[in-house]
Amino acid sequence: MIIKQLSVFLENRTGRLTELTGILAENDINISAFSIADTADYGILRMIVGRPDAAADVLRKNGFAVRITDVVGMIVPHKPGGLHKALQIISDNGIAIDYMYAFASGDCKATVVIRADSLDRIIKVLQEHKLELLQAGDVYQL
Amino acid sequence: MIWNAHYECMEREELRKLQGERLQAMVEKVYFNVPFYRLKLQEKGIEPGDIRTIDDLQKLPFTTKQDLRDNYPFGLFALPQQEIVRLHASSGTTGKSTVVGYTHNDILMWSEVVARSLTMAGVTKSDIIQVAYGYGLFTGGLGLHYGAEKIGASVIPISGGNTKKQLQLMEDFGSTAIACTPSYAAYLGEALAEEKIDRKNIKLKAGIFGAEPWTEEMRAQIERLLGLKAYDIYGLSEVIGPGVSMECQCQNGMHIFEDHFIPEIIDPETGDLLPYGELGELVFTTVTKEAMPLVRYRMRDLTRLHAETCQCGRTLVRMEKCVGRSDDMLIIRGVNVFPSQIESVLLEMSETKPHYLLVVDRENNLDTIEIQVEVEEQFFSDEVKDLEDLRRRIHANIASLLGLSASIRLVEPGTIERSMGKAQRVVDKRKLK
Repeated sequence: MIIKQLSVFLENRTGRLTELTGILAENDINISAFSIADTADYGILRMIVGRPDAAADVLRKNGFAVRITDVVGMIVPHKPGGLHKALQIISDNGIAIDYMYAFASGDCKATVVIRADSLDRIIKVLQEHKLELLQAGDVYQL
Repeated sequence: MIWNAHYECMEREELRKLQGERLQAMVEKVYFNVPFYRLKLQEKGIEPGDIRTIDDLQKLPFTTKQDLRDNYPFGLFALPQQEIVRLHASSGTTGKSTVVGYTHNDILMWSEVVARSLTMAGVTKSDIIQVAYGYGLFTGGLGLHYGAEKIGASVIPISGGNTKKQLQLMEDFGSTAIACTPSYAAYLGEALAEEKIDRKNIKLKAGIFGAEPWTEEMRAQIERLLGLKAYDIYGLSEVIGPGVSMECQCQNGMHIFEDHFIPEIIDPETGDLLPYGELGELVFTTVTKEAMPLVRYRMRDLTRLHAETCQCGRTLVRMEKCVGRSDDMLIIRGVNVFPSQIESVLLEMSETKPHYLLVVDRENNLDTIEIQVEVEEQFFSDEVKDLEDLRRRIHANIASLLGLSASIRLVEPGTIERSMGKAQRVVDKRKLK
């Protein structure tokens, strides 16, 4: 259930993100989802990729500061109230979310990537409420 | 181990007598052979006969780096070119380069003080020493080379740079000692970790590092990365090169080889002599150098001297690590800032590397200082709040040490240029305007 997310420290420099996507392209690594948290000087790129360990290696070799973080992928119906219902369950259980980002995949479903301290508890409560979770093997192929 | 116990452990009174005799002979020599010194002594109404003991040293005028530049290239030489066997020159990044000359005897004396220095670090003829200081006009490479040969150690004259080769020879030849700048030692240490070389094959036990300011935190980092004991060596080409002073096993300051180089500490403002233990500007007088003797040369380095006999048995005075050079000192919004202070703050924090760049500028007549700091990958958090917290802590630590509000910019590891020689830590854009 736990998915490996790649987090990369990026300075705010024209072309820096392009260098990174170029390296991934050359190494035939697909990006399934990503988001960037930005500040004035730098950004943190978070992404779900196929072959995360290989991607981390190749990025490190090219001088990027990379970290692999554990996240969960929650699948919610792509309709009004879909996200709300899931979040309500999480907050009702007193679980704090550090950050999240989402992408819709066209088949009436949306995937929400969640980072929290207590991932195991999130997995447990979501399963208890019959919410669908992404399997690691699937998500890298999205 | 002591290379030359006769001089290194001499009774202070006996040493002072020796210094006085040598000083007297040196002053006589420069008075008659160097027009620059004769003029300066005459201006002060001093004749060689007025200098009899070491206490007369204070009567002599100071010499500055500017005097060396004004007499470029050979104006301060006390002997004709026929007697000169070697010339070195500083890089001249802050002005015209300063040139120094050596006679055959000067090279022997230099080898002697470096041999004493290496012995302090425990280097013997059973050692293989990798000299990774630059060879060439810079005195580091050849200075260490001759001293190590005098001891009888096996010298690898690899010079600076070419990091892969450095690591390969370190492993294949089993180098037991290395001499280079501390910033390059840290760089080699990082490279060693990345190369995945089996640490069992690295036999280093002593490092002799100098030619730029470094901190205790940096010492700990280098010792950890290279698995050796790091010793501080001090020197300036004007005086001789590396080997003016060196740390012994007690690492309680650097012993100055006072039978050749007489130190004084003065108040940088008034030029008055300060007693042992007080912080001031270091001044050196060379009393045995033949080609280019120096009279009360102001080093611009700020430090303290201690004269108590060291536990190692040496009676030579010890100088503390220099607080900074008045040349390196930046004045930012009226605050005196030494790059080494910034470095010590960063090294105390495990999340950052000692690679940093100070960018000083002036906006609307107000000095600005930006400190670019590399983020260690293992401490890189993927949460903005953690990185912002790190930035705030660096800012707060620098503010509390320097009383200066600096803007902190976190940068990717490896993006601040590594130096193979002296590290370039400061970009002062104010000078360009």
